[in-house]
Amino acid sequence: MSAVMNTGFLPPELLRIIFAVVCAIVIVFGNAVVMGYLERKLAGRFQRRPGPMEVGFHGILQLAVDGVKLVGKQLIVPKQTDKVLYRLAPIISFAPAIMPLVVIPFSPKLQGRDFDVGLIFILAVVAINVLAILIAGWSSNNKYSLLGAMRSVAQNVAYEIPMLLTLLSVILVTGTFSLRGIVEAQSGGAWFIFLMPVAFLIFFAATLAETNRAPFDLPEAESELTAGFMTEFSGMGFSLFFMAEYTYMFIACSLTVILFLGGWSGPPLPYGEYTSALWFFAKVYALLLTMIWIRWTFPRVRFDQLLNFCWKYLVPFSLVHLLVTAVVLKL
Amino acid sequence: MTTRAEKGEQRYVLNMGPQHPSTHGVLRVILEMEGEYVMDPQPVLGYGHRMHEKMAECRSWPNFLPNAARMDYLAALIYNHGYVGVVERLAGIEATPRAEYIRVITSELNRLQSHLLWLGVLVLDLGAFTPIMYTFEDREKILDILEDVTGSRLTYCYMRVGGVVRDIDDKFVERTREYIKWQRSRMPMYDKLVTGNIIFRKRIEQIGEFSPDMARRYGLTGPVLRGTGIPYDIRRAEPYSVYPEFDFEIPTETSGDCMAAYLVRVREIEQSLRILEQALDKLPDGPFMAKVPKKLKLPAGDACYTVESPRGELVYHLIGDGSDTPYRMKIRVPSFSNLSLLPELCSGMLLSDLCACMGSLDLVIPEIDR
Repeated sequence: MSAVMNTGFLPPELLRIIFAVVCAIVIVFGNAVVMGYLERKLAGRFQRRPGPMEVGFHGILQLAVDGVKLVGKQLIVPKQTDKVLYRLAPIISFAPAIMPLVVIPFSPKLQGRDFDVGLIFILAVVAINVLAILIAGWSSNNKYSLLGAMRSVAQNVAYEIPMLLTLLSVILVTGTFSLRGIVEAQSGGAWFIFLMPVAFLIFFAATLAETNRAPFDLPEAESELTAGFMTEFSGMGFSLFFMAEYTYMFIACSLTVILFLGGWSGPPLPYGEYTSALWFFAKVYALLLTMIWIRWTFPRVRFDQLLNFCWKYLVPFSLVHLLVTAVVLKL
Repeated sequence: MTTRAEKGEQRYVLNMGPQHPSTHGVLRVILEMEGEYVMDPQPVLGYGHRMHEKMAECRSWPNFLPNAARMDYLAALIYNHGYVGVVERLAGIEATPRAEYIRVITSELNRLQSHLLWLGVLVLDLGAFTPIMYTFEDREKILDILEDVTGSRLTYCYMRVGGVVRDIDDKFVERTREYIKWQRSRMPMYDKLVTGNIIFRKRIEQIGEFSPDMARRYGLTGPVLRGTGIPYDIRRAEPYSVYPEFDFEIPTETSGDCMAAYLVRVREIEQSLRILEQALDKLPDGPFMAKVPKKLKLPAGDACYTVESPRGELVYHLIGDGSDTPYRMKIRVPSFSNLSLLPELCSGMLLSDLCACMGSLDLVIPEIDR
């Protein structure tokens, strides 16, 4: 990025931002394709079947073909829907998914912008997704959609609390909200997963719930609610939700890597300031694969069990964890 | 707890089905809901009504055989068995011993594949997609074995009055033995993957509990009834065919919840394997078809034949009037009675639990609609 900074006719800072945004969008689409393929291929492996095999070598082009199909599909707007909100919902879900990528430090140099409050920025932006799901559920005017949306809101509000509490433990140690600062605080292998493994587990569980992934995929529980809040969406409306879901997973895992797994740190590489992004992506995808693994292994929890798990276990544990961290730091 | 209705809030109606992933067929359930709670589920039947009972009155006795297979597509051979049984009983025909053994062997294979499908589908209803692929792998082996001997994979029309249509050979026996070994080796995996899974247990334990008394009021039969502690299995209670010659247990549980029905079915898989083993060992030689007149006239009078389908008690009641078609045929199907429990059982339940309950009742909709 520094190479393109001094080209003269545009302010370098603007150029930098444009470049970062383009990169972010590339990551969003690339991630959706890679994750969609991995998910289907791995699901196949878990279920002792080959998965997609027809399009390209081992079905590698399957997602591209699916994408073309979804773009080409008619966007059906059912009669009974609230037209404006119905069209708006996928966009509200998808647009905020791109923004957090601007502040995520992929390597020491590869970062769109290092905010002092980068962590809070991500949390604030990602929280908009709940609104999108609620709008989608409400505007569809379908009872299954509404049930899915209600579940999603209750779930996301509940799980944000243990998530934020565990974050606070990390912040107490690092003393900064800057994502780069948090990563640098863990340099030299002192990753926070070793310092506070409980916080990592709580955070990861909360992440699964926040991204509506199995076993907490209640908002789109297909065996109960057909497709939850997405029931009435087709074509691009559906695929925007689909891409947003994978992007939120990517962001959530990036956040976990930054907070607990030392971000880009790893064995030194040539041109480490840039190439150490490889370590970052490797860790992120390791977590994402874990998420896929969990999804294809466990049944779905029930709604009351989900909330009980949060309020009775995660919240008290994370509170105690915060307290212990504070006391240890004071000593 | 004051319900929302008492506070003056309205209930809403959720129309589940006829196309819904959890109703497994064209069952429609009208749910009166309060939030996520189902207050009054009312099943609506008849989307798959094909007049099987009436068709029996219009067709000669062999012509009805394919119909029998199409009522419960997961237990077609057992439906075959019941139908040929009732015709034989009314006409006073005895099937040959070898034919009876073949009937039991194929029926038990059929029961196994039904239970395997149910196992996968129940877990699918609870949100785990993977186990159904594993059970389908097992089930595929049964279907391949049965395909070789019967010619079809799902809607068999294999049994005939007086015997079966084709004899089984050594290859069949060998493959079935191999399958028994394979299935036994798979069961520990299901124990680990499904039975021992904490989320799975929490989802179905103490859900949909009912007492033996309630089961009796609704005429429940099959694994659901045995889950309440009543060891009522037609193969023992009213033995038919050559079942008395085999040594097997009737698994029961006492809690009467979905978990009990689940455990009963899983243990029945082992018992079916035991029956298969013994039947293959004892398989007598001889003709596989008795001498039956080409044009069979059913004598006047009536006969009943009861068999144990994977879902419960299946009764064929045949009334003959001396012609070559039945005067009336009444079929009592287990799923119909099992479904009638639903409104009382599931009132006040969460929607997710309703799906679990319907899964554990193991409903086959064409059987209910007939």
